[in-house]
Amino acid sequence: MATETLTLGKALNTGLRRALENDSKVVIMGEDVGKLGGVFRITDGLQKDFGDQRVIDTPLAESGIIGTAVGLAIRGYRPVCEIQFDGFVYPAYDQIVSQVAKMHYRSGGRLNIPMVIRIPFGGGIGAVEHHSESPEAYFAHTAGLKVVTCANPQDAYVMIQQAIASDDPIVFLEPKRRYWEKGQVDLDAPLSDAYPLHSARVVRPGTDVTVLAYGPMVRTCLEAATAAAEDGRELEVIDLRSLSPLDLSAAYESVKRTGRVVVVHEAPSNIGLGAELAARITEECFYSLESPVLRVTGFDTPYPAARVEEEYLPDLDRVLDAVDRTFGW
Amino acid sequence: MVLGRRFDTQATALTKQGRLAVYPSSRGQEACQVGAVLAVRDTDWVFPTYRESMALVARGIDPVDVLTLLRGDWHCGYDPTAVHTAPQCTPLATQCVHAAGLAHGEAYQGRDTVALAFIGDGATSEGDFHEGINFAAVFKAPVVYFVQNNRYAISVPLSRQTAAPSLAYKGVGYGVPSEQVDGNDPVAVLAVLTRAVEHARAGKGPFLVEAHTYRMEPHTNADDASRYRDGAEVDAWRDRDPVARLETYLRARGVLDDAAIAEIADQAEAYAADLRTRMHEQPVVDPLSLFDHVYAEPTPQLIEQREQVRAELAAAHDEEGDA
Ligand SMILES: Cc1ncc(C[n+]2csc(CCOP(=O)(O)OP(=O)(O)O)c2C)c(N)n1
Ligand SMILES: [Mg+2]
Repeated sequence: MATETLTLGKALNTGLRRALENDSKVVIMGEDVGKLGGVFRITDGLQKDFGDQRVIDTPLAESGIIGTAVGLAIRGYRPVCEIQFDGFVYPAYDQIVSQVAKMHYRSGGRLNIPMVIRIPFGGGIGAVEHHSESPEAYFAHTAGLKVVTCANPQDAYVMIQQAIASDDPIVFLEPKRRYWEKGQVDLDAPLSDAYPLHSARVVRPGTDVTVLAYGPMVRTCLEAATAAAEDGRELEVIDLRSLSPLDLSAAYESVKRTGRVVVVHEAPSNIGLGAELAARITEECFYSLESPVLRVTGFDTPYPAARVEEEYLPDLDRVLDAVDRTFGW
Repeated sequence: MVLGRRFDTQATALTKQGRLAVYPSSRGQEACQVGAVLAVRDTDWVFPTYRESMALVARGIDPVDVLTLLRGDWHCGYDPTAVHTAPQCTPLATQCVHAAGLAHGEAYQGRDTVALAFIGDGATSEGDFHEGINFAAVFKAPVVYFVQNNRYAISVPLSRQTAAPSLAYKGVGYGVPSEQVDGNDPVAVLAVLTRAVEHARAGKGPFLVEAHTYRMEPHTNADDASRYRDGAEVDAWRDRDPVARLETYLRARGVLDDAAIAEIADQAEAYAADLRTRMHEQPVVDPLSLFDHVYAEPTPQLIEQREQVRAELAAAHDEEGDA
């Protein structure tokens, strides 16, 4: 096997397959995850190979999916729940926030909820309303939940397995518009040696401005970095990967060198992750900063109609514009 | 129904041409789509889902306005208060609760409005369906819950949604009179729904109708139905085609002849041609519209963000001019 070229979607599928093979307590649950393999085919072929007791087409009810998974988790199962689209997680919000997140705490640590909630998130696919949202802040704000997201096939393959192996409940956000992007995946490297799940990673070193991003925006920022380099500016791009807990050690180290930071996410800016990042960086790196921490984000509107989503989504130009503005202080 | 089908085929064609982002066809469900709206008055309120485009054009809403959502121009193209029709609903079953509230409020005002809530078989598994019908029952609100049981929720068959002998049992459990009907028989659908609407209008509370039907096309154009159902099953339902059945019925009763059929077909073609022409005009969508209507009273922060995009667009426009 060794190294193969896979799409991000196929890498997730392969990671899920590995998890099902390695641990008989892993079960996949969701709407259309069986014969159809999910609307994005992330569970393609898994029901055929592992049976309909391990890859379960549930009734159409998100609260039911997450709630029954809580019961399974109490008895040692590791449910991997698929929510079909970001905008359809809300019927399960009560179960996630009041039950999944708090069971370990309430039971004095006696009950673990080793659950993964997979959610395709973000826009850019020309969909109708409720299919393009970025709900990460709702979950990252909730104590008891961990939130991660992947930005490339290698991370997708490894992180989904790490999330399943974790004893804490994890909201696993998948950048749906990157499902079809390809990359090299090392299928043989043992999980125990893998880069830690809750660590950020420098994906492009640079000296002039630090750019923090995650999920679908990592690629956008890498493209911005390529463009900036042509103009003689070196951006250091950091893929946060874990949104809760946040690992900002690499960011602090970087900012102390560059003095300039741009934070990029698709979610609206108002009370979003960018605000938390800006606050922490300001607290930690105040004397190194040459400019305020700038945010490039979606606007404070509901996700717009497909025909104008291009104007909504942060793109290369907006990132470069913010980079320029960090030099204006 | 012929017009409705022609609309549906046209919408599917427009999707293939890239004019619509997505289209969930209701081919095969014409008796339900058209029958349901014929059973209510213009002043009654309809709560449709994404599946009900055909029902909405049958209700007389301009087809271009109906397709606004699926074209991706805006989230709803018609004025809900003008046509007494809620925006088409994508988060499943949420409309069931709204219908209960609206109907309750209307009754409280002494009006005899009925609310007609559409819902699919799969969506009856959602909590909001149960909460909606229970509220309506307890409030004795005039709602008709119309379940189009087309056997599938995307790929998931009915057997994965319920262990009850039929979905009508879900109404019975809440104390709501519930009936099943052959959803491919337009006359039966209209008769049963008319009775249900009369029941609600008479102040006797909600009513549930479960129509047994079948979606002939994939869930949407993006779906691959061959993964979960075979051609033989689809073919068996082809024999129960609601449009053909109505034609046979009316011919047998001597109220429809070849001339009338040709005339209806011509009307449908003209309707489709008009829709085609209007949909081929490239819609002008103002990018700044994304900032509209977030609040009744816009926030300063939003006004600032809108200004940022306006400036970006103006700068891009100037660059184009220079080039
Ligand atoms: C709350 C919620 N969960 C999931 C979805 C995704 N989804 C859209 S349609 C659909 C199937 C609905 O099936 P059914 O209720 O039978 O209606 P039909 O499409 O057959 O008309 C699903 C799962 C959604 N729209 N809303
Ligand atoms: Mg259905």
